[in-house]
Amino acid sequence: MSDILTTTVIVATIASGIRLATPFLLASLGEAIGQRSGVLNLGVDGVMLLGAFCSYYVVLETENIWLGVLTGIATGLIMGLFYAIITVPLRAEQGVSGIGIYLFGLGMSDLLFQKLVGTPLPIDQFEEWPVPVLSEIPIVGEMLFQHTPMVYIAFLLVPVVAFIINRTTFGLSVRAVGESPESADSLGVSVGKVRFATIMAGNSLAGLAGAALAIELGIFQQNLTNAMGFIAIALVYFGAWRAPGVMAGSLLFGMIGAIVLQAKTLGLIPRAWSDIAAMAPAIITILALIIVANRFRQPAALTKPYVRGD
Amino acid sequence: MRNYFIGAAIAVASVGAALALGAIMLLALGANPIAGYQTMFSAAFGSAEGLAHTAVKAIPLMLVGVGICIAFRANVINIGGEGQMVVGGLFATSTALAIPGAPAVIMLPAILIAGMIGGAFWGAIPGALKAHYNVSEILSTIMLNIVAVQLMNFLLRGPLIDPGEIERGTRIPQTARLPESADLPMLSESLNLHSGILIALVAAILAWVLLWRTGIGFRLRSVGLNPAAARYAGMPVKRNIIIAMTLSGAMSGLAGAILVFGSESHRMVTDGSSMGFTGSAGFNGIVVALFGALHPLWTIPSSFLFGGMLVGAHSLQRVAQVPSALVIALNGLIVVFVVSTEWHRKRLQNKPPKVKDNADNAASIDGAQA
Repeated sequence: MSDILTTTVIVATIASGIRLATPFLLASLGEAIGQRSGVLNLGVDGVMLLGAFCSYYVVLETENIWLGVLTGIATGLIMGLFYAIITVPLRAEQGVSGIGIYLFGLGMSDLLFQKLVGTPLPIDQFEEWPVPVLSEIPIVGEMLFQHTPMVYIAFLLVPVVAFIINRTTFGLSVRAVGESPESADSLGVSVGKVRFATIMAGNSLAGLAGAALAIELGIFQQNLTNAMGFIAIALVYFGAWRAPGVMAGSLLFGMIGAIVLQAKTLGLIPRAWSDIAAMAPAIITILALIIVANRFRQPAALTKPYVRGD
Repeated sequence: MRNYFIGAAIAVASVGAALALGAIMLLALGANPIAGYQTMFSAAFGSAEGLAHTAVKAIPLMLVGVGICIAFRANVINIGGEGQMVVGGLFATSTALAIPGAPAVIMLPAILIAGMIGGAFWGAIPGALKAHYNVSEILSTIMLNIVAVQLMNFLLRGPLIDPGEIERGTRIPQTARLPESADLPMLSESLNLHSGILIALVAAILAWVLLWRTGIGFRLRSVGLNPAAARYAGMPVKRNIIIAMTLSGAMSGLAGAILVFGSESHRMVTDGSSMGFTGSAGFNGIVVALFGALHPLWTIPSSFLFGGMLVGAHSLQRVAQVPSALVIALNGLIVVFVVSTEWHRKRLQNKPPKVKDNADNAASIDGAQA
């Protein structure tokens, strides 16, 4: 064992864990913003799929990666507007309508892919962008500072989201709307406007997560995300609705994925057992949910549409 | 009477809206929407073969949908139909492989019951986690879907694989041809219609009896409508949550068993995803149940409608080169439309509109958590 666990292998595994964590982190940060305002969005996986396809297609046609990234965000914004209309003024039940959004994204992304592309042509991928100076540090530099730009963006968003939620007036409104929309409303905060903003922001991050995934892999196929969006929702519970917690959860998931991948490459897991190893993230999520459910309280108004004048 | 009229009008309007959007999509894809819908309709309902094909597609939708009715009526959101179908299929398959010599009279009940037990087990886990540990069943069922798929891949690539696949070295992840005594009896050989449809119809009727004519059903619905009142009336809320998830899972498990033993190859096969086995019936069953107003008997026509859409979509793919994924997208839109009109339907149907109660009922999917 000891000769397998060399520094090179460990460093490579951690670096790959950080890379694998990125789409989870983007999607679950977005979901956390929505949930803090009391809106559960179960459609993340569908939005990710649509975002992934649209950005894939734009990169395929224009060969411009950043245009693809913007397309992913724009796709998320449009889906967010759609979901906000359904859940805020129309007061749809959030669990089930999210499944509707998921099915729409799953079907639509596959439909568009088959009609517009057909065969999975590879596209340009992100290039690594080593951070000047910091990437020169031995070991740590290689683990943390030799990544693609999307990785830095995702991790820089953690303090940004935490600051907005905890330290700004808007963040205060978000939390108030998520905990007690009646009180927020009576103090002149527009519950509807705040929720529209959080839903659209959250969905645009889901779209960005899809774009990050497609461009990272350089490919699109049917059901590319393979339920990553659903795991991202669970990570919000895992992280107790806080940005750093969500980041910790995403990193844990990325690391598990990287370790399983590395163990397979090194032949530590027999091929027959790799399916069993692939259960690990889902089982760990369930165990984490059991722990979190009794230790932290979810936003009091989560999944409850707001009706003024009760 | 007025309530039925409002309910029906909104259901028709939801489909109308989805079909209208579907027509726009067809136009955008360069197909004539009217001709497209005609192709779909005549493929699904225009001939005996088409109807038989539609009926076969309706079976898993009906069973999952009936299970969803039971769960949603108890205010438990079961999104684990996919996993419960997979585990039901695995239990049934293992049973058939364990007793290969059994005659059909023993074999058929054994595999159907095994399927139900498998699904019930996979449903009871999230039920218990919700009842005792406050874990949202929405999340735990989704996670268990992922676990079920990996379990299927593991079993079909290893312990349950066709020994012939190992000899030949092809290693296709599938079981051997299952014992012939386990083949579901055919209603019509020429139309390829097996008796699974009868099982599904019986299940739908029994579910209706259970929900509206028994004490268990009364308690399930009471817990769903108002957990606090049900608890005050002395009903064990936690136990009812578990019962609802178990029954719901059993229905999906039965659907999984019928998928295996009613299949033309009479094997259980995996392509690595749950969709490959279930055809997304675990999710589409939710659409079917919602469209049937969460009523087991209305789920019957609803499942034929959506089964027909699947059949129609396949012919549309052949005739007009429109990918059949269109139907998944349309199903998603139908869910969105049905759910978006729900609150307004309830407000219209309840004559003295008690706004607060309605909003709470519609919203508190996490009733037990709050």
